[in-house]
Amino acid sequence: MSKKQKKYDIVTTISYPKKGAMGKTGSWRTYEPQFDKDKCVKCLRCWIFCPEGAIIRKDDDSVEIDMDYCKGCGICANVCKVKAIKMERKGLKK
Amino acid sequence: MTVMIDTGNYIAAKAAVMAKPDVVAAYPITPQTTTVEGIADYVATGEYKGKYICVESEHSAMTACIGASEAGSRTFTATSSHGLFLMHEMLHWAALARLPIVMCNINRVAGPGWNIWADENDSISQRDTGWIQLYCSSNQEIFDTVIQSFKLAEDKNVVLPVMISYNAFILSHTSMPVEIPSQKEIDDYLPKFKAKWKLDTKNPVTHGNIIGTQYYEKVRKAMQNAQMNAKELIPKIALDWKKKFGTYHGGLLERYRCDDAEQILISMGAIGAESKAAIDELRKEGKKIGLARLRTFRPFPKEEIIKLGKQAELIVIDRNISIGSEGAVFNEIKSALFNKVDTKVTGFIAGLGGKDVPYTDIIKMCKKSIKSKAKDQIWYGFNEEGR
Repeated sequence: MSKKQKKYDIVTTISYPKKGAMGKTGSWRTYEPQFDKDKCVKCLRCWIFCPEGAIIRKDDDSVEIDMDYCKGCGICANVCKVKAIKMERKGLKK
Repeated sequence: MTVMIDTGNYIAAKAAVMAKPDVVAAYPITPQTTTVEGIADYVATGEYKGKYICVESEHSAMTACIGASEAGSRTFTATSSHGLFLMHEMLHWAALARLPIVMCNINRVAGPGWNIWADENDSISQRDTGWIQLYCSSNQEIFDTVIQSFKLAEDKNVVLPVMISYNAFILSHTSMPVEIPSQKEIDDYLPKFKAKWKLDTKNPVTHGNIIGTQYYEKVRKAMQNAQMNAKELIPKIALDWKKKFGTYHGGLLERYRCDDAEQILISMGAIGAESKAAIDELRKEGKKIGLARLRTFRPFPKEEIIKLGKQAELIVIDRNISIGSEGAVFNEIKSALFNKVDTKVTGFIAGLGGKDVPYTDIIKMCKKSIKSKAKDQIWYGFNEEGR
């Protein structure tokens, strides 16, 4: 956003857009995405579908998952055509 | 200035349209129906140029008003009894979101049994929603209060929704002459609405997000402060209106022949108007009695009540009952006086279910309380056989 955010002079539950306005929501996760870079074809479907903006798109269209904010919903794993992402229960002993 | 002779509901519709709300969303319910029909007529004639949304329920009517208000629109709606109850969840939302929605509520009995007459239990049951609650006792007061309510609700130190209540049929369907200022005068009095906050794609914010306990308390305190600001503002708005348009109905309460009174009757709504006739009769008999008609129930005029308590014994008539406790006004008055003034307060429950309360009955209530010691609330004219 180029223009400066206008703040309203009233006490009600208004929140202004900023990264991590609700704290590090990654701590809410039960399932964790396991990303296999070798399988990834850079289609960017995960980047499009992630509801939290937790898929980081790099200059060469490769992706990385921001684990500070990933809530573990698994949408990325579902939309991945090449199964480069799979969900695993957090803390599960292998 | 023109004089319009019409019913309370059509007068409310006229006032609402003259305030030029951007959005009206309403669902018809007896006895409110003619208010929204009246506004629909103004849509047909082109006098009302805003959006009129026909919704499928009162819950939707209130949510439509909330959405429109959040988008920065001036909004109006009207309802009654069960419609108001259906809105209940969203009434809290509107107040917590600090949206200056203005609504008329035509006081009607809660069912079952099905009964459409006057009874104040509908609005009283919404006491704690954070809405400002005003009560009218004439059609002129309805007109003036609707316009003033936009001014009050939208004031930068208030920003709360306002509910204007008046009794079913006794006011809603009774014609009276009402002085109507010109549209230009109203436009000058009530400039275009400027929202204190809004949802705006040019300045994106989130509203109603998850909130921690430490912040929630702050929101509640701010609402309480806003109600206290309204308490100061309501008498000022009334006096300013008197200066500009000549009509006046009192500030937080209307005092009638109170100056040397040793007893003061407190009532509101239609009984408040009827009480004046009773006071006149009692004065003729030499009784030093006056009337304080409550115009605002929220904010509650605590300081004014203490002043009255210092001067006189108080008699309270409630057309409502908080089941398990007592009449709401009686309860509030005793609470206001506690630890401040020790005076006799006698409470009556009268006119529930729309039972007529003529001035002759009010005279009897007053006489009964002048003679007797302080008692718990009395059900006036209660008859097991229903006669």
